Amino acid sequence: MSTEKSRKNISALQSLNLALDRALASDPGVIILGEDVADPEDGGVMGVTKGLSTRHGDSRVRSTPISEQAIIGACIGASMVGMRPVAEIMLMNFTTVAMDMIVNHAAKLRFMSGGQTHVPITIRATTGAGFSTGGQHADYLEAWFAHTAGLKVVTYSNPADAHGLLLSCIFDDDPCIFIENLTTYFAPGVAPTPGERIPLGVAKVVREGRDATVISYGPQVNAALSAAKTLAETGIDIEVIDLRTIAPFDRESVLASVAKTRRAVVVHEAVKPFGVGAEISSVIHEELFSRLKAPVQRVGAPFCAVPYSKPLETAFVPSAARIEAAVRKTLGGA
Amino acid sequence: MSAAPELPERSVLIEMYRKLSLLKQNDEQARAVIRSGRLQMIYYSPRGQECIPAAVSVNLTPQDYICTIYRGTHDLLAKGVPLEALWAEMAGKVTGTCKGKGGPMHITHPESGAMLTTGIVGSSMPIANGLALASQIRGDGKVTVAYFGDAASNIGAFHEALNMAAVWKLPVVFVCQNNRYGEHTRFEKATAARRVSDRAASYQIPGVTVDGNDPVAVYGVAKEAIARARAGEGPTLIEAMTFRFYGHVLGDADAYMDKAEKAAAIAADPVPRYRTWLIEQGHATESELASIDNTYAKQISEAIEAALAAPFPDVAELRRDVFAIELPEVVA
Repeated sequence: MSTEKSRKNISALQSLNLALDRALASDPGVIILGEDVADPEDGGVMGVTKGLSTRHGDSRVRSTPISEQAIIGACIGASMVGMRPVAEIMLMNFTTVAMDMIVNHAAKLRFMSGGQTHVPITIRATTGAGFSTGGQHADYLEAWFAHTAGLKVVTYSNPADAHGLLLSCIFDDDPCIFIENLTTYFAPGVAPTPGERIPLGVAKVVREGRDATVISYGPQVNAALSAAKTLAETGIDIEVIDLRTIAPFDRESVLASVAKTRRAVVVHEAVKPFGVGAEISSVIHEELFSRLKAPVQRVGAPFCAVPYSKPLETAFVPSAARIEAAVRKTLGGA
Repeated sequence: MSAAPELPERSVLIEMYRKLSLLKQNDEQARAVIRSGRLQMIYYSPRGQECIPAAVSVNLTPQDYICTIYRGTHDLLAKGVPLEALWAEMAGKVTGTCKGKGGPMHITHPESGAMLTTGIVGSSMPIANGLALASQIRGDGKVTVAYFGDAASNIGAFHEALNMAAVWKLPVVFVCQNNRYGEHTRFEKATAARRVSDRAASYQIPGVTVDGNDPVAVYGVAKEAIARARAGEGPTLIEAMTFRFYGHVLGDADAYMDKAEKAAAIAADPVPRYRTWLIEQGHATESELASIDNTYAKQISEAIEAALAAPFPDVAELRRDVFAIELPEVVA
């Protein structure tokens, strides 16, 4: 009915708002707790929850004290008796003050109780370098959560995926860390089909190619697609995989693609050492060592805090150029 | 501080004794079986603190919730967690409450309302708030009790949880079992407040200090706090003064404890004291209470023997309950 172009009319922020609205409307067990999330407090610091407390009541969409442990704890307790709480932790770095609740409790209660209780919560947190917010407001901490048994870690590269993946997290029976990207909240994209869920644990091949596979997630998927265009100009045809779910990641799709292309690059904005790229690279080496034509390359941020000064911040975030260089390296280039 | 010493009905007095008899003997048999070498487990003895959950629990319905901590077998049994499943869990057996996957520090039994046992100081309170929040939103009339120790009042989670519960008037009761020590450090050395209950003033909620070794006194304070929570009037902080007889963890040499203080506390053991009082006041006869004691002695030893004889969980359990869906072998 509508052309692809005319459907490019929604931002991730609007798409997330729509998903939360749908979830609240479809299940009375869905509640949202977070700092400033209700309308009298402006519907969230970025406005993701705007309008929701007005439509669904301030009992279900509650602005909280600045108390991250209490926010996550309340979500955990309510979820153990059948609710589906969504916590908004304003910035991903602020999850650090609630790590006991997330790591010792949300992640482990299903296992430690032998399955008698479980914690179907979604922790939304935004992050990402690019707005010069410095070292405590922009970290990608997904590797910490991915390294914790019992947590699912999910993120999106476009507004439609934001909608479908968030809905799946809310209605999933396990605790999900849902990572939003601050710098791309307002970037337009194709609108989702409202209410349509995208399954967790399933990656998407966003570009088919034969020479190398680039595996990524979040906004770096778009950097990879941009690199793919440049590489295509010199006859290099890369496949790009958007993981969508970082943990547990879709091994089958990754391995099938790399078995075909026999070269791989893993890309993320988080710092490179001990990151998600290390795990994915290891799995590829373990499973496909004899098939590989080159060692798997990793692209990530340098091992430092997110810097403030603009040129430093720009250099910190992986770019299409760095992805391109990593691909060329797997092809035997410099 | 409106703890008017209301004397509960005889049936309640006897019910409190039942629980005390169960909790005290359970601890005695736990220490005995550990010392015998037949069962190895990490154990935080609650001996001396039994009056608190015994008197709180008789004010709760089976549907009400509790969250407790690693020193919590008394809280769990008082709420109704069955002996067989509790002991099997402590022995790490598949017949345990948690299939042996939680152990003594993580016993959970939602059927009894025992929603959480945490091994992290202070963490029972934020999660208790969530249970209470669900009750508030649903209007189901349930109350949640969060048990914790005096040292937990020095951790951030306590303050965050009390503040949130007060702001939202959650149906939760915070019950501090002040046993005078946090790990090996005396209360006064680590706590700036003279009393834990004084901290309630910061959150504009009632804070009550009560003799935690007097079941009748605890009963009255708990009754009022639970009724207040159930009526939608918000949380109460109860500080029940007590003493732990066997140190922080069973086996610690407790050189850090004042010997005279400990000896005096044990000499004033609240369970036999209450037993004697019941008989002297004519609420019960010696033979009636002896019959209760004997019944539990037998039930506990049977539960221990059954736990020791039960099978261990299959190693495949490592892949189960991590997520809703069993992990594939290739990942695990």
